[in-house]
Order: sequence, then C-alpha cells, then structure tokens
Amino acid sequence: MIAVLVLGHLVAAVAAPTLVRLLGPRAFLVVALAPAATVVWAAAQLSGATDPRTGGLVQSVTWVDDLGIDLAFRLDTLAWVMTLVVAGVGALVLVYCSHYVDDDDHGRVSVLAGCLVGFAGAMLGVVTADDLLMLYVFWEITTVLSYLLIGYHSTSSAATRAAKQALVVTTAGGLAMLVGIVLLGHAGGTYRVSELLADPPTGTAVTVGVVLLLAGAVTKSALVPFHFWLPGAMVAPTPISAYLHAAAMVKAGVYLVARLAPGYAALPAWQFTVLVLGGATMLLGAFRATRQTDLKLLLAYGTVSQLGFLVVLLGYGSPGATLAGLTLLVAHALFKACLFLTVGTIDHATGTRDIRRLVGIRQKMPWLALSATLAAMSMAGLPVLIGFVGKEAAIAALLDPADGWWSLRGAAAVVVVLGSVMTTAYSVRFVWGAFTDRARPPVGKPGPPRWHRPTWVLVAVPGLLSVLGIVLGVTSTTLEGVVEPHVVTVSHVADAHPVHLGLWHGVSAPLLVSVGIWLAGGLWWSAQARRPVEVPVPLVPFDAGRTYHHLMRGLDRLALESTGFLQRGSLPVLLGTIFVVLVALPGSWMLLDRTDLPDSVTPADGPAQVAAGIIVVAAAVLAARARRRLRAVFLVSVTGYGTAYLFLLHGGPDLALTQVLVETVSLVVLVLVLRRLSGRFPDDPTVMTRRLRALLGAAVAVVLGGATLVAAGSRVHEPAGAGLAPRAVDYGGGYNIVNVILVDVRAWDTMGELSVILACATGVASLIFLTDENLERVRVGLRKVRGERGRPVRREGQEPSGMPWIPGGDLVDQRRRSTILEIVTHLVFHTIVLWSVYLLFSGHNLPGGGFAAGIVAGLALCLRYLAGYGAELRAALPVMPPVLLGTGLFIAGGSAVLPMFFGSPALRTWIADVHVPLLGDVHVVTSLLFDVGVYLVVLGLMLDILRSLGSGVDSQIRAEQSAGADRTEEVSR
Amino acid sequence: MSPNLTLLLVACTLIGTGVYLFLSRSLVRALMGFLLMGNGINLLFIVGSGPAGQPPIVGHSEGVMADPVPQALVLTAIVITLGMTAFVLALAHRSRQLDGLDLVRDDAESRRILELAETDNLGSVPTARETAEAIQAEGARTESRFHEEVAPPPPEEHEKGVGR
Repeated sequence: MIAVLVLGHLVAAVAAPTLVRLLGPRAFLVVALAPAATVVWAAAQLSGATDPRTGGLVQSVTWVDDLGIDLAFRLDTLAWVMTLVVAGVGALVLVYCSHYVDDDDHGRVSVLAGCLVGFAGAMLGVVTADDLLMLYVFWEITTVLSYLLIGYHSTSSAATRAAKQALVVTTAGGLAMLVGIVLLGHAGGTYRVSELLADPPTGTAVTVGVVLLLAGAVTKSALVPFHFWLPGAMVAPTPISAYLHAAAMVKAGVYLVARLAPGYAALPAWQFTVLVLGGATMLLGAFRATRQTDLKLLLAYGTVSQLGFLVVLLGYGSPGATLAGLTLLVAHALFKACLFLTVGTIDHATGTRDIRRLVGIRQKMPWLALSATLAAMSMAGLPVLIGFVGKEAAIAALLDPADGWWSLRGAAAVVVVLGSVMTTAYSVRFVWGAFTDRARPPVGKPGPPRWHRPTWVLVAVPGLLSVLGIVLGVTSTTLEGVVEPHVVTVSHVADAHPVHLGLWHGVSAPLLVSVGIWLAGGLWWSAQARRPVEVPVPLVPFDAGRTYHHLMRGLDRLALESTGFLQRGSLPVLLGTIFVVLVALPGSWMLLDRTDLPDSVTPADGPAQVAAGIIVVAAAVLAARARRRLRAVFLVSVTGYGTAYLFLLHGGPDLALTQVLVETVSLVVLVLVLRRLSGRFPDDPTVMTRRLRALLGAAVAVVLGGATLVAAGSRVHEPAGAGLAPRAVDYGGGYNIVNVILVDVRAWDTMGELSVILACATGVASLIFLTDENLERVRVGLRKVRGERGRPVRREGQEPSGMPWIPGGDLVDQRRRSTILEIVTHLVFHTIVLWSVYLLFSGHNLPGGGFAAGIVAGLALCLRYLAGYGAELRAALPVMPPVLLGTGLFIAGGSAVLPMFFGSPALRTWIADVHVPLLGDVHVVTSLLFDVGVYLVVLGLMLDILRSLGSGVDSQIRAEQSAGADRTEEVSR
Repeated sequence: MSPNLTLLLVACTLIGTGVYLFLSRSLVRALMGFLLMGNGINLLFIVGSGPAGQPPIVGHSEGVMADPVPQALVLTAIVITLGMTAFVLALAHRSRQLDGLDLVRDDAESRRILELAETDNLGSVPTARETAEAIQAEGARTESRFHEEVAPPPPEEHEKGVGR
C-alpha cells in the first residue's frame, strides 16, 4: 500500500501541469488528495504500525533482484509519526497554495504544483523506506526537487545561486552518506534498515560509515557548519519554505538521526557529532534569530536552531530524550509551518514582511494574529501547547546528566537551557514585530506598500495548525502511549528520572527551569528590542556561507588553472600529453611488475610473414620520413596492403578482404582530396621537435607492445570464441563465424558502428557542401536525371556522338574523356555490382558480408565516377546518400526490432528452409536482413564520399577556375 | 600462449611511426599517422588473440581455427577507419578553403583560458562576500514580485511613517 501511495504522489506530480492548465490554482486542491489520502490511510494503521511485536507494517516488492535491492517499506512507530507530519503538513500547504499563487505566473505554477506533490511523495518514501539504498534514492529526489523549488524565481541570479548552494551542500552530504551506506551495508551484510538496527555491526568501518551517514543528516538538516544554506533558501516562495524548510526536507536529517539512534547512539563518534554540532547549531541559530528584522529570516534561523535542538534530543540516546525529541518534532512541524504560513499571508496581503514596515496587522487580521500567537507560544514552550509539553520533557530528560555536569551531556543540558532562553526571546520578537507597531523605527521606513484582505484559506490553514498544537498539548498523555514502542528501543543511556508527557507534573525542577527560561527570554527580548539592529554584527570572524563561496571560487580557480596548464591550445601538444600519460602510467607499472610476461615467443610463422613484415616496416619508416604528400599516401597504402596479407596469413580472410577493399577506397579518396592541396607537406618541424616526437613514438610503441605481451602472457581462460563454432551454425545459421558475430552475436555493436558511419558521412557532406543551397543544387540535378532515365544525358547544343559507352559520357569535357576507361567501365560495372551482391548473400557462410559487399559496390560507383565524373555518378545511382544511409539503418534497426513482435529477444536470428520453384531449397536466415542494412549504409558512405569529395570538389574547382578566368580577363582589359 | 614476435615488431613499428606522424601540425600528415597507428593496433589485436590458424569458417578445413572474436572487432575498426579517413580529409579540405593550408592552428579558446589562468582572472564572477550578501539580500527581500508589480508607496504614507 505504501508503494501505491508513493506512486500516487508520482502520478499527481506528473498530472499537475495539465491540471493547473485546466483548473488554474485550484489544481492544488486536486493534487492535495495524494498526501491527504496518505494521512487517512496512515491514521487507520495506528494499531498495526505501533505493534511492537511485528515491528510495524512491512511491504516489499522485488526491484533489482541481482543486487538484492527490494522496494521494501516499513511503517513502524517512527515512520508513522513522520508520515503523518509529512503528509499532513503537505496536504495543508497544498491547500494553502491554491489560494496563495496567482493564476498565471509564466507557467511556473504548474512546476510548483508538480514539484511540491512530488516532494511529498519522495518524503513519504524517505521515512518509510526500509532499505538504505532506496532511502538514498528518495533522499536525493528530495534534494533535486528542493533545488527546483528554491530556484523558483528563476530570473533572479541570487535565487538561482541560493538554490545551487543548497543543492551543492546537500548533495555533497548525500554522497558522503552513500559511501556510509555502502560501508554500513557491507559490514552488516544487508541494506535493510530494520536488520541493521536489530543486529548492529561493529568495527572501524561501521563507525566511519555511521559518521558519513550523519554527514548526510547534518547537511540536510542545516546543522553547523552547513547551516548557511537554509536562510539562503528563503528566497523560495513562503509556502515552499513552510513545507521544505520547516516540516519536511530539513526533517529528513533529523529523521535519519532518530532512525539510526537505536542501533548506533552509543558510539563515541556519534555522541560527539550529534551533541557538539546539534548544540552549536541550536545556539547559533537562536542567537541569529533574535536579531532579524525580516520575519521569514527570523523563522529560518529559528528553524536552524530547532533542528539542532531536535538532533541533540533524538541522538542523545536515552528514552526520555527520545520521547521529548519526538514530541518536539511534531510540535515544531505544527508551529513552524503555522508561523511560516502566517508570514506568507502577511506578505501576500501587505507586500512586505519587514517588521519595521508592518503596521496594524493585528487590527486587520485578528484571527491570524491569534493563531500565530498561539504557535509562537508553542515555540517558546508556554503551557497548554504541545511545545510546552515537549520542552518540559526535554528539560526533565537532560537535567541530572548521567556522567556529571563536566561532560558532553552536561554541556548539552546547559546549551539546551540557554538556547531555550533565546528561543523564547525570538518567539516574543516574532509576535511583537508582526502584530504590534512598536517595532517601527521613528523615521525612515515607509509603511507596507499595499493592503488587500487575504482569502479565508490563507487564515484558516495556519489557524488549523495552531489549534492542532493545543489539541495535542492537552492530549499529550495519549501521544506518549503512541510513540512508546519507538522510545523504548533507544536505551543507551538510562534516564535519571522517568520522563512523561503531560501538562502538570506538580511543582518540579523542570517547571522551575521553564519559568526561569521564560523570564530570562523576556529580558533578553526587551534588551534586544530596544537596540535596533540594522546590520547584524558577525559573531566570529569565520562565516560559513562566505567560506563556502571561497571554496567554490577556489574550485573555479583550480579548474581554470588546470585547464590552462593542460590545454595549451596546440593540438600536437595536447595529443603529446595524452601519449605521455599513456607511457607514464601503464609503462611505469610494467617496469615495476614484470611477472606476467609470456614464457615463450614464436619468432615467426614462416618466411612469407617475415617478408611481408619487412616490407611493411620499410614502408612505414619511409612514410614517416616522406615530405611529399603522394609519396606518403602510397607508402601508407603499402603498409595497409601488407597488413591485409598478414591478416590472411594469420587466418582471417574476412579481415584481409575488407582491409584490401578499404585500402583501395582510401587511396582513391586521398587522391581526390590531395589534388586540392599542395604537393609537399606544409609543415617543416625543427630537428628538436622531430626528435622529441620520435622518442615519444618509440616509447608508445614499446609500451603498447609490452602491454600486448603481458596480455598474452596473463591469459588464463579459454578464448571467448572457442565454443562459437557449433553455436554459429545452430543459432546463427551461418558457417562464417566472423560474420555471425557481426550480424548476430555482437549485432548491437555493429548497429552502433553503423551510426558512426552515418555521422561520418553526414559530417563529410556538411564540410564540403556547407550550405543547404549547394545541397539543393545536387538534389535538383538528381531529380532531372531521374526524369530522363534511360536516355543518355547530353550537354545542350552538343552533337550526339552516337550511342555513348556510359550514359553521362557526353557531359564530360572532351579533353578529359578517356574512351578506354569508358569501355572498361561499361564492361565491368554490372559484373562488379553482381559480385558485391554475391558477397552480400554468401557472406554468412564464406568470406564476405555486408561491409565488404558495400565497399565493392562503392568501388563500382567509384569507377563510374572516374570515367564520367559527377554526371555519371548521378546516372549510376540517382539518389541522395542520406536515403541509402537512412534506409540501411532502418532495415538494420527493423531486423533488430522485428523478433520482439514475436516474443523473442531483439536481434534473434531465425533460420528457415524454404522451397522455391526452379531454385530448389533456399536456406533463409533472418540476419541476412541485418546485413542488407549494413550493405546499404556502407554504400551510402561511399556514395557520399564520391559525391562530396569527388563531384562536390569538382564543381568548386570549376567555379574557382571560371572566377580566375574572369579576373584575368578583367586585368587584361 | 606464445605470441608471434614478427607480428609484434611490425605492429610496434607501425605504432611508433604512426605516433610520430600523428603529432604533426599538418592534418594530412596526422591522418597518415592515424592510419599507420590503426594498422598497428589492429595487428596487436591479432597478436594478442592467439596463434595463427585456419580461417574461422565451419567446415572449411580440419585444422585449428584462428580466434574469430578479435577478427570481428578488427573488422569493424577497419570500416570505421574508412569513415574517419573521409571525415579528416573533408576537414583538411575545409581548412585549405579557409586558410589556404591544411595546418591545425592553435585553438583560440584554449589560448584565452591560458591567458586568464596566467592573469588569475576568473571573469566577472562576484566575490564570495558579494555572493553571500546577494543571497542574504534576496532572502530578506519581500515577495512582492511574486504577485504583482508594486508601485512605490505614495508620499503621504511616507510622511505618516515619518510622523510616528
């Protein structure tokens, strides 16, 4: 059921934008149904959740079985309380929002609605998750959503920076927490929260893990030294602050502390972290709150203080403190949400929340004043409210610390009392500032900019929250019974006296301390109030917020310096750096550890191999020394053909075939481009540079060669291809194992490769044609050719030279025509194409396949191009290359998807023997279809190359020549 | 396993000369280097795959087959190299169109970053203090903008405020 509820929130979040478009701000009421349903359901589960024998309601759905991650939820006492708080306040805030936001705020209202309800769902997940990894996932969802919500005013740079600050701080904590989760889960052998708590693992790793988990809690709950993001987050609209920064998100950290306390509160590291950071936060936040003039910032610092207080109580480790902590957690959610919403209403009605500008709010909104005063009383711990009950219990639990006053616990007691004094002071300051006119300075500040009467919902929602504070205060003994099952699990420290909730325990020590706190708080406030604080004086020279920004700037500096150092702008230097790293890291490792070298080496496989090797080596060295381009190109080709021969000798006919074909095509393409470039290489590096490069080249060669030796020497398993032979025939339906691998076993890789080819071809075409107009000209030419199909194309005004050998021959300049080449082309073109088709179909069983076949077909096109240039190419294949590329990829993709329609996995090969009349039995393998796709893509690449680098460059040369001729004419004139 | 030394030496030579050419400023020379390196690395795959054997075609012959898996890997690499060659050549052609040469010039953006790094110039980023204070000010700002543009308060209101 919990999973269903979380899912319900998700559905509401997704539907929210549509609902907002249909209903306007009233859509908030619809999405509020999700948290409201959660409240109703949770309330009905009281007896099941708080049953100590079962440990609460458990629900588990298998999620990632291999990793052992289940969608495990558990609704126990703590989760039940948190669920009610999170979902209850969430529903009320959503209702409040429906009257708070304007109709059209540039589409941001829909984002607000979606994020808020999604946030409520994520919080529900955090508090009910029984799996630490799942808890982490929900935790980070709340982080991301809070980023979106804080950055609601996306046009304000300060708002986006505040959002980023909150995101960076809480995510950093979250990452630390993830490490902690893994440490803890590894040590405990399970990620189940309930199991880790029932049988807590021990050891250094566990301590480190728990401290890292606490780091997540500390950042999320804005404890010192990460408290600065919370006041910064007040740039969000007030209902968001009310929910995220009072009731829900910041409570996630408190929840985590409460959740882990039963298992780990006894750890000294835990005690230190929780008590020191919590106590410092309580004091710092409360002190800052007493000096604010902005009501919302006052509440923000008050929240920081209260979060520290809650962490101290819930992490303290005694049942009494836990009871007080849980009570105050509920109390804080009620009064702080009420006060934030009050500020929202004041702001909405008057346009300001500066206590120096607010006038006559009590007279204009008496009900609001009443409810806010009640909430502030609860915050100050005045009787009959729940805040009083909680604070009484807290003082009772902390008085008489077990290890004496000169200890961490003793200090915590003092801090709590001192913090409570200041809490009283800022509570009074809130009421005084908001609802009396005394806070106005005598001169200088104008009154509120406007006034309109708030709608009833804006008053009723905070009112309801403060009434709940009274109800719970009066019925606090019942509350004690409800949370009892959780309280008894925390028993690392015994209580000095039994702690109970209630309004009246007689004239006891806690009551006297409370009275003292009220009096001291009142004095503090009156001393503070007389001193108008315009600019807050820093307490210490160290400012956490500023330190954070210094750190971020330092990070920027580091990025700048390292980028500037490593990326000098020169491509050779950059590539050289990469090679140096390649040599330095694996190379030095190989020098240090030479154990994996093979026991023996084979000198050579025969004289043919040695001869081919010598030729390749000689060609490579000469190519490196070549200064003329063509010489280098031919020498590199020699190495390519030589490599093909070495492949063949090694037993790879497919490789050799493809390599020879690719080498031929490369040669043609290189020559096509080189005609545009100078005969010699334009660069002439110095001797020093050349030597450095040679040294680096040698080093890289040695390291890679060594790595290969090590790889060969450390092989312990059978090659993956060993058992492939029978499977290739049975499953792949082919005898050529390499081809079966390409089109079946590793077909997904081939698919990726096809996409790369497609991108390459597109890139080539865009670099040559540059503009759409140029491409359009090509398209028009093709359309014309298609219109005149079958007839030879002729230049206008030219006499036909009888029947030409090739269709486009007559368009070629007579001086460039070669009759012999035309005749040869005429004779062999169709034969080559037929051969390519044969290679395609036989490739599954013999050397060949789509790649080789596509290149062969491309070579046939190449011949047509060389004989008759662009016109001939158009006549040979009058389609645009993208058509072939797209069709090819579509066919390959289609053959991948097709089996899925019949319930098989993608790319599954089917084999069928079909009887065709005349031909006899035909062996049909579906992966042939995939190979047809490969064929078309490769053919598309070839056509693209010829059309771009061939005829595209031709026409550029022609244009330049005619422009040059015009210029010569002009000059001669 | 005993690797083939001849093939290994050939591959290493190809890689060494390839790296040498690859570090050139001329695009075509770098492409030559790339092709040499590519051939060398393909050969390393073959060296590492095991001893030579019969073509991996079932029923072709009786002897031990060469390992087909590295062959399939290398085959795709060869075809990708073709696409890569065409692309780099198109780049070289474009570079000649723009500069008249196929030399790779220094990247202006990297140069700019280097200059910024040398002068410790982080750009117009506000200081830590300014950022912290801007966020604080934004947090203290009222939400008037959230609802409607607020006209400045009328002067008499201001007078009244002063009167208090």
